[in-house]
Amino acid sequence: MIHDQAKYTRDGEDVHEPLLAEKGETTVDVTESSPLPDDLTRDELTLPEPSEPEIARHYTRLSQMNWAIDSGPYPLGSCTMKYNPKFTEDVAADPNAAVHPDRSERSVQGTLELQYRLQEFLASIGGMDAVTLQPPAGAAGEFTGILVAKAYHEHHGNDRSEVVIPASAHGTNFATAATAGYDVVELPSGEDGRVDVEALEAAVGDDTAALMLTNPNTVGLFERDIAEIADIVHDAGGLLYYDGANLNALLGRGRPGDMGFDVMHYNVHKTFATPHGGGGPGAGPVGVVDELAEFLPSPQVREGSGGSGYERFEPDHTIGKVHGFTGNWLVLIKTYAYIARLGDEGLADAAAKAVLNANYLAERIDLDVPHGPFHHEFAATAGDRDAADVAKRMLDFGVHPPTTKWPEMVPEAMLTEPTEIENKSSLDDLAAAFNLAYADTDEALDTAPNRTAAGRIDQVGAARNPRLSWQALDEE
Amino acid sequence: MSGRGRGTPYAPHTDAETAAMLDAVGVDDEAALFDIPSDVAFDGAFGIEPRTEREIREECSRIFGRNRDLVEFLGRGHYGHYVPSIVDHLSDRAEFLTSYTQYQPEISQGFLQALFEYQSMLVELTGLPIANCSMYDAATALGEAATLADRVRSTSGDAVLVPEHLREGKREVLANYCAGAGLTIETYPMDDGIADIDALGDRVGDDVVMVYAENPTVRGCIEERLAAIGDLASDVDALFALGSDVVSLSVLERPADVGADVVVGEAGVLGLPTAYGMGLGIFACREEYLRQVPGRLVGASEDARGDRAYTLTLQTREQHIRKERATSNICTNQAWVALRAAIHAATLGPSGLVDLANDCVREAADLADRIDELSGAVAPVHDRHHLREFVVRVDQPAPAIATDLEAAGFAVHVLDDHLLQVCVTDLNAGQVDGLVAAFGEVI
Repeated sequence: MIHDQAKYTRDGEDVHEPLLAEKGETTVDVTESSPLPDDLTRDELTLPEPSEPEIARHYTRLSQMNWAIDSGPYPLGSCTMKYNPKFTEDVAADPNAAVHPDRSERSVQGTLELQYRLQEFLASIGGMDAVTLQPPAGAAGEFTGILVAKAYHEHHGNDRSEVVIPASAHGTNFATAATAGYDVVELPSGEDGRVDVEALEAAVGDDTAALMLTNPNTVGLFERDIAEIADIVHDAGGLLYYDGANLNALLGRGRPGDMGFDVMHYNVHKTFATPHGGGGPGAGPVGVVDELAEFLPSPQVREGSGGSGYERFEPDHTIGKVHGFTGNWLVLIKTYAYIARLGDEGLADAAAKAVLNANYLAERIDLDVPHGPFHHEFAATAGDRDAADVAKRMLDFGVHPPTTKWPEMVPEAMLTEPTEIENKSSLDDLAAAFNLAYADTDEALDTAPNRTAAGRIDQVGAARNPRLSWQALDEE
Repeated sequence: MSGRGRGTPYAPHTDAETAAMLDAVGVDDEAALFDIPSDVAFDGAFGIEPRTEREIREECSRIFGRNRDLVEFLGRGHYGHYVPSIVDHLSDRAEFLTSYTQYQPEISQGFLQALFEYQSMLVELTGLPIANCSMYDAATALGEAATLADRVRSTSGDAVLVPEHLREGKREVLANYCAGAGLTIETYPMDDGIADIDALGDRVGDDVVMVYAENPTVRGCIEERLAAIGDLASDVDALFALGSDVVSLSVLERPADVGADVVVGEAGVLGLPTAYGMGLGIFACREEYLRQVPGRLVGASEDARGDRAYTLTLQTREQHIRKERATSNICTNQAWVALRAAIHAATLGPSGLVDLANDCVREAADLADRIDELSGAVAPVHDRHHLREFVVRVDQPAPAIATDLEAAGFAVHVLDDHLLQVCVTDLNAGQVDGLVAAFGEVI
């Protein structure tokens, strides 16, 4: 398959779509119009003032220069790009859901009820006892979970300074631990790509606050020794943190709570198909076992006694807030709708088809996959080809390429996660794109992509000479 | 469309395709592909009944119908303004809504350009040359400003100074970011609703890494001595962080003109409906902090054809490259909300933005005057200029008055035993007659 992306040219020159500012700007004299004294206002404001038809055309053209899951396969490993069911948008747009967060409890019983129901869904799916919906993204969920762990240790008089993280983990894990004030102890991967239990035993001790673990890990392998890993961490007095990035592989077949994890986050744009919106918003609810529930952010929602409806409450030793209000609520409504649509069988089937798709695709590509048995994603190696170049060439073939050059344990990695939404023929197309690009000439790889709105972009130049606004372009 | 009880409706496999794929992989069923030891396996019984699409829409509509239909005169950091229909229609285009972070810029030019334009709008509004393409919300952006201050300031101390009038929740978020960096938060007092500049002057010293002020304050007061606050901060080499929102910034003093080093706050006042507190965090700063900025930045570059093209840039600041030495742990941000805010801002244009902000000043003043005429109420409590909101002192207990107002169909804030706060924007301006009448009844 070949894909030519939309682009707009004039007289043979690529012009793309001009910036709004290039279409014209208007300057408004603020001091003249403002009821405020001049010394409290700015002098003027200069911004584009396009008409509505111009705005519609501008953003429609921009959208045509943007790949999306509704355009075609988007198998970014560890990103779980699923189809986003349309009806969830309509559920979230309910005008009765548009309420202010400072409303009284009694006047927002509906919203509190849906929060409560979603907490219950997520607790059941994760095998956890209590859930907060407040963290606004996965990394914010990690931060919340680690703060909860820290509060737990401090409450019990334990001064622990380290968080242990496998080398193959997402970068957010390391950054989160550092943001929470912990030293990071990086755990090298075992030869089979999993946690090396002996290395773990050597790494944990009195200073260990937590082990952060992704399971299946970032090359799709299930940590078979998880029960032993949990014992090692717990025996040292540490907590076990579950990074929910790969939960899609486990739905209905394994729950972090049953594996000994004490605290976890859910990535709702991954596992529960809320749209990623070109970078966000996500939501990163956090689940914990009973012993940690008293440290969760405030407020939590529970059923009142005696049928009095739902109420907010502050956990006894709360860490306080991690978002100014209640997080990305509109995203969480979509999460509820997705989970309710699938139910038990649908959730388990999503995992089953996701794992089948990854295995089928791996079977169809000519690249080696060093580690297995993998689940929902696999890390192929481009061998002596440059994985980033192979990916650029794939852009010409009507697919989005996988995540490249990560995790580092696989040389020239192409981390691939097709998710459950692709059927056999689209996986065959995806495999063809892999194989064509992988076998292509050096020249073809060096000069790709050719059919996208922009050709290969100079990344080094972008960083060396940062131009981050249309004002910066004007200065040239 | 039912799909009920037959697995996920969003996996397209026919039984024949599934069989062919299992055959190609060399297993009898999907279960054989799972490498989960039996002692930690789960039987799949969550107890969640699948529903049809229609059933879920009816269920959620019924649940949300239990929210009372109140006219909200609520603000204190989360504000509703009318969002034009075009914002929904354009941002809901699947090419935007269902895309991922722009890790392959060549095929993602559209979203990158939209975010570049969003950054540019914030550069104009703040006067600062660098704006990232979003944080979660105002509170988390403030937390990130404090950790940036910790990194860039060489002062020996660890104090972050914040105003006495600050949302408690925002302070808690800030505290969670400060704790990891070893920073402590201290409060400086207010003088009739705005920063007490003398008290602040007495407090600042070498141990201060950041001074934070808001304009307008959480009580809706417009700060009158921002440049003096900026001078106090720069005298001790502390970072001056200013909190605001994109509507207020359209008319209030330009942060760059009062010495702000960092601007944080809310851009979700555009593009988002009242959304139970969901936001869009602003982060803008001076050029010298470019390599310490948290979050994603979109830059202009050139492609192989020599044409201008956009890309995420300076990613060596970020967690996926720099790990524990990253400037922040943020990954997923609020990009789609930024797109919506940019479309909303373009729809208003500078004239519409200035008109909207000016109306927020006039309507607050008018409503305060009307409430002040009622016996048993004084408004505004602070003798300052206001934007959107103001505080009311009532002779009767404030909680009881708020409860009575709610019974009459109006929601307002209770600050303490005798203080209420009222917020008016274009959304509820048409209902002020009703609010004033209800106030007259209940006080």
